[in-house]
Amino acid sequence: MYSFDIERPTSVADAVAALGSEDAQALGGGQTLIPTLKQRLASPSALVSLTGISDMQGTTSEGGALRIGGATTHAAVMAGASSYPALAALAANIGDPAVRNRGTIGGSLANNDPSACYPAAALASGATIITNAREIAADDYFQGMFDTALEEGEIITGVTLPVPEVANYQKFVQPASRFALVGVFVAKYADGVRVAVTGASNEGVHRWAEAEAALSSNFSADAIADLTVSADNLIGDLHGSPEYRAHLVKVMTGRAVKAAF
Amino acid sequence: MPKDGGIGAATTRREDVRFLTGKGQYSDDIRTFGECAAVFARSNVANGTIKSINTEAAAAMPGVLAIFTGEDFVEVGGNPAGWAIVSRDGEPMKEPKRPVLAHGKVRHVGDAYAAVIAETVQQGKDAVEAIEIDIEEHDAVINMADALSGTNYVHDEIGTNQCFDWGWIEDNRAATDEAIKGAHHVTTLELVNNRLVPNAMEPRCSIGHYNTGTGDYTLHTTSQNPHLTRLLISAFVMGIPENKLTVIAPDVGGGFGSKIYHYGEEALVLAAAKKLGRTVKWTSDRSEAFLTDAHGRDHVTKIELAMDKEGNFLAFRTETMANVGAYLSNFSTATPTFLHGTLMAGNYTVPLVYVNVKTVFTNTAPVDAYRGAGRPEATYSLERVIDMAAREIGMDPTELRRKNFIKPDQYPYASAAGLEYDSGNYDALMDQMEKVSDKAGFAARRAESESKGLLRGFGVNAYIEACGIAPSNLVGILGSRVGLYDAATVRVNATGNLSVMVGAHSHGQGHETVFPQVVAEMLGIDAQSIDIVHGDTSKIPFGMGTYGSRSLAVCGSAVVRATEKIILKATKIAAHMLETEENNVEFNDGTFSVAGTNKSVSFGEVALKAYIPHEFPIEAIEPGLEETAFYDPANFTYPSGAYCCEVEIDPETGKVSVDRMTAVDDFGNVINPLVVTGQVHGGLGQGIGQALVENTTYDDDGQLLSASYMDYTMPRADDLPFYTVDHSMGNACTHNPLGVKGCGEAGAIGSPPTVVNAVIDALQSGGKNITHIDMPMTPHRVWSAMQNAK
Repeated sequence: MYSFDIERPTSVADAVAALGSEDAQALGGGQTLIPTLKQRLASPSALVSLTGISDMQGTTSEGGALRIGGATTHAAVMAGASSYPALAALAANIGDPAVRNRGTIGGSLANNDPSACYPAAALASGATIITNAREIAADDYFQGMFDTALEEGEIITGVTLPVPEVANYQKFVQPASRFALVGVFVAKYADGVRVAVTGASNEGVHRWAEAEAALSSNFSADAIADLTVSADNLIGDLHGSPEYRAHLVKVMTGRAVKAAF
Repeated sequence: MPKDGGIGAATTRREDVRFLTGKGQYSDDIRTFGECAAVFARSNVANGTIKSINTEAAAAMPGVLAIFTGEDFVEVGGNPAGWAIVSRDGEPMKEPKRPVLAHGKVRHVGDAYAAVIAETVQQGKDAVEAIEIDIEEHDAVINMADALSGTNYVHDEIGTNQCFDWGWIEDNRAATDEAIKGAHHVTTLELVNNRLVPNAMEPRCSIGHYNTGTGDYTLHTTSQNPHLTRLLISAFVMGIPENKLTVIAPDVGGGFGSKIYHYGEEALVLAAAKKLGRTVKWTSDRSEAFLTDAHGRDHVTKIELAMDKEGNFLAFRTETMANVGAYLSNFSTATPTFLHGTLMAGNYTVPLVYVNVKTVFTNTAPVDAYRGAGRPEATYSLERVIDMAAREIGMDPTELRRKNFIKPDQYPYASAAGLEYDSGNYDALMDQMEKVSDKAGFAARRAESESKGLLRGFGVNAYIEACGIAPSNLVGILGSRVGLYDAATVRVNATGNLSVMVGAHSHGQGHETVFPQVVAEMLGIDAQSIDIVHGDTSKIPFGMGTYGSRSLAVCGSAVVRATEKIILKATKIAAHMLETEENNVEFNDGTFSVAGTNKSVSFGEVALKAYIPHEFPIEAIEPGLEETAFYDPANFTYPSGAYCCEVEIDPETGKVSVDRMTAVDDFGNVINPLVVTGQVHGGLGQGIGQALVENTTYDDDGQLLSASYMDYTMPRADDLPFYTVDHSMGNACTHNPLGVKGCGEAGAIGSPPTVVNAVIDALQSGGKNITHIDMPMTPHRVWSAMQNAK
């Protein structure tokens, strides 16, 4: 780790101001950033911790949606998302208790790790990513592996997820990291079904349009039985080939449909 | 008699109080006034010639005290291999120098070529980044077959990548070939025994200290055998006289073999301490541990089993390539040979065995003994090919094993691989395994799994292993450069309590609990009044440390011998105190008494008399009550076992879950059943880890792809079932005074083939013609095998 300064603002405005200094970097729960720093793979001049900003904490139900502050930990989502049980279950299965009590939803969405769980939930829920400057639809927000619509210095202050009729997230874990080797989030709304896939693609989290169409007209595992998933541009690594991931996308989608509640 | 704390008592481990309450004292916990830090510059290429190293800029950086490169150690010795192997053609093995720091060439990713000594670790890391090294990179030598056939050498000076080509038993070669040629049925299997990273919870740490006033060195280090480390540093590497070097291995957080060996970092911190007159500490980070701790296993083997038409075994023949990595680690030549080839007759009455092992240098981390060390490789090869043979000839795998087992009335039994087994009863172990595992209920459990869409398999295994490698005379003939005895000093203090100094080293084994149980039983006193001292060469007699499940069988026997001497002397003192002849004195329950009278003295009274020798027959008996014994065993010990497991496979994903695991072991006599159970649990976890998840992977350039826990899979609690562990069927070892055999590695030896056999059984039950999948049987591998079998 190289030396750096640490700022602990208590308001979004102060955080935005602090991030204006050269090479400053926002720090959520640090579950990705701190290991990166320990490996000397990044050298920010200052870290701006977002976890002391009370406006960015907690979960609230707003009409048919769930609003979650950007600095809310996975453990807090697990406990506070009772109106969206599939999301609470997803949060409960991220990492281990130490990770869940540090890691934040804003940090996960901002990092957009191609194997992270939250991006699948946000995309499948048609969520709105709320920043200090604007609101971004999930479909516009995720732009590829580790790539998002966020501008330099822009902070995710919260995320709003419309609560579906039923939903489920199925994660087939990469055995070592226990990130998603393939994770599929299926959410059924009155106007259709959304299916988001994480872990599988070199393009990061993405929707599976054919499955959405099939499931929108018939919400059952049988509806996707004849679909095939192309292995093109899927991730191949130590833990699975593109073909294996393609296969798992379909298997996990079917299981999510069966398990949806 | 202290039955609550003596032999057989399942007492909880006394050392756990400090381990579980954060009071352990590990090397890195030690803080010394004025200490500074060593940080190593490590190669990021696998194979390269060092053209130049410029340390000027680094040396000028804040806090930097000194910088060492390979040039500074040209005059000192290399880190030697502890066992000399002779090739089939009579040629001695190739033994290239292993320097303290790489010189001339770097030979694996992580190979240290320089070290910075700085006031702080951070300053040292900054300076390491400022060292300019010009490396001419060469193609990496990774694949063993390519290494043997190619001309790109890890060590140019030896002109080959083959360390040796070993045959065992060479005189049996022709007869074995003949038996296989004429056999009714031959089963052939090619398999990989996958490379493992040891992953001790505590990474290595070494602290060098030099007293400028006395010229004495002290090394605190994470070692399983401090005396051996001192000997290597003194006699081979640094030339520091043994009397001027103290090696202390305090609490050590696991080793699994990887902390047997002397590593260059230990020599470096001593050299730096002398140069600077400062205490120099190096603590490995986890990345360094992945790259530089000696790895385990890494064999590629072809095994053949020849049988007659009744299924009687006629011969085993194996050809193995064993990776030794870039340099010879201390036991790297013994592990794939005498700890492997000698076990290749297994539990069986097979008349012929021939083992060929070619060891191969590659541009990877050194490979050496890892929990089991050679025996897991032997057991895996045997028990996989036997399972495959049973399926080929349509015989139940258990029945085929039973048919060929050595029977209880055949001991001592001279195995076809050159060992003399002293005791065992493999059929009885198998019977017990079938009983406690509820094998009879398997069919119903399989039906239940199938109703959930899962495949269920039953796998079985019988193993024998060899612990407490010995005797010194024999291992010397076979090439060992050390003896393999151990030592203990029993010191009875004046007030009747005891300190027992042992050559074994506990880094998780529970010696502090178990050894006192032995002494307490013999002396009839409370085990709590006995403490073990270990890990400090200035305090303990010269013992060989802990590995190969030797502690109790070898060092425990030394403890027995020393305690017997204590009893002999105490009896003399008691006879004097009781005013009788020695042969009239009886010793029971901690009390010396005169037969047929009510005259007695307690052990404590005798101890006090020994140290306050008033009215003492000083002309006949020395004062004091302290005895030392060295014990050199007559033979190995031979634990054996029958294991089974049941797995479930999700055919849609290839995911294997171990649902039930049963280990029935013959460990001979058991001193502390709770500690033994814990050892078996740990071994099973490591074995299941090898079978299912642990995936050391180098790419063609020699980069370790599985170099962190993000990619190297360790087994976790939810990967493991509840175990059924049974060690009630022990047959006492016939040649050591405790009748004990050794339990530290059994679980890791017996479980991998058990799991693989169960997976194959499950897949075949699902109609898949799959006869073998290499470990680790990850979901991806199992799924791929199922696709290819379609």
